[in-house]
Amino acid sequence: MKAAVIVFPGSNCDRDVAVALEAAMGRAPLMIWHGDAAVPDVDLIVLPGGFSYGDYLRCGAMAAHSPIMGDVVAKAKAGVAVLGICNGFQMLTETGLLPGVLMRNASLKFICRDVPLRVERTDTPFTSGFSAGAVITIPIAHHDGNYFADEATLDRLEGEGRVALRYCDSEGRVTDAANPNGSCRNIAGITDARGRILGLMPHPERLADPALGGTDGAPFFTSLAESLVSA
Amino acid sequence: MKAHVIITLKTGVLDPQGKAIQNALHALGFAGVDHVRQGKFIELELAESDPARARAEVERMCEALLANMVIENYRILLEDEALEGGETPPADAGGAERREAS
Repeated sequence: MKAAVIVFPGSNCDRDVAVALEAAMGRAPLMIWHGDAAVPDVDLIVLPGGFSYGDYLRCGAMAAHSPIMGDVVAKAKAGVAVLGICNGFQMLTETGLLPGVLMRNASLKFICRDVPLRVERTDTPFTSGFSAGAVITIPIAHHDGNYFADEATLDRLEGEGRVALRYCDSEGRVTDAANPNGSCRNIAGITDARGRILGLMPHPERLADPALGGTDGAPFFTSLAESLVSA
Repeated sequence: MKAHVIITLKTGVLDPQGKAIQNALHALGFAGVDHVRQGKFIELELAESDPARARAEVERMCEALLANMVIENYRILLEDEALEGGETPPADAGGAERREAS
């Protein structure tokens, strides 16, 4: 499996996710500057967390129009797996690869803490290593993670089984009290219709090694390494 | 030609920042204020001098980048139109527009 991490001005989780990918894949991902015209042939493209372009205008809005993004969108549409974490999720909604938008947290506060998540989908290359309904703990660190879409879009996402992760309590119950940022229907991560693109606000790369205090995030990367086997 | 773009949240989209501003205004004693909504204001200097073409161009900018059509609406005010009294700007923004232009 070959992976590329796109690096934007203001990305700050690009190297963290590269470390997590290398641990799972056995080889380092390519680090691709946002100003490049094209992504080399890879099995996975990662849009990392951070504050690309200082979150100017809207989070991810400027990055969504970076020179590299034309090719990222084209490759995503051709079926290359794309993982967008935090700011990367915001970019995916800004490019239209995923529906909805990440709005300012309902509390208006920047939230940086570990939260329980329920894994709703285990039939994607990103989550195949989890058992169905697993409750995992992953850190969030964002000011704008309040997932919003109109009711029709939300119903469509639910109907197509595209909600991959939800905020829940430690018992796996999806409640308002367990919703850290006001996201519609406690949505923490969604996929595209084919399950080849995942956008999520939590940071699995920040809890993917015992030295970081936990390994609940590691299965995202080992799942990808096992699912996206290439020549 | 100068263009002003006013970006507002669509009706029904929660605006926690507007709500926080409203609460602060109430705390300051402005009791008669309700439904505070926060938006964005963007000023553009355009090479295009034809109002119709300028408006069409700014519309494309709004759709492509300036506004997120999932949650936001936009309104375009062309300064020359406001000065010449061509197209009447929306009532709630027109006053500010003329004051700035004078």
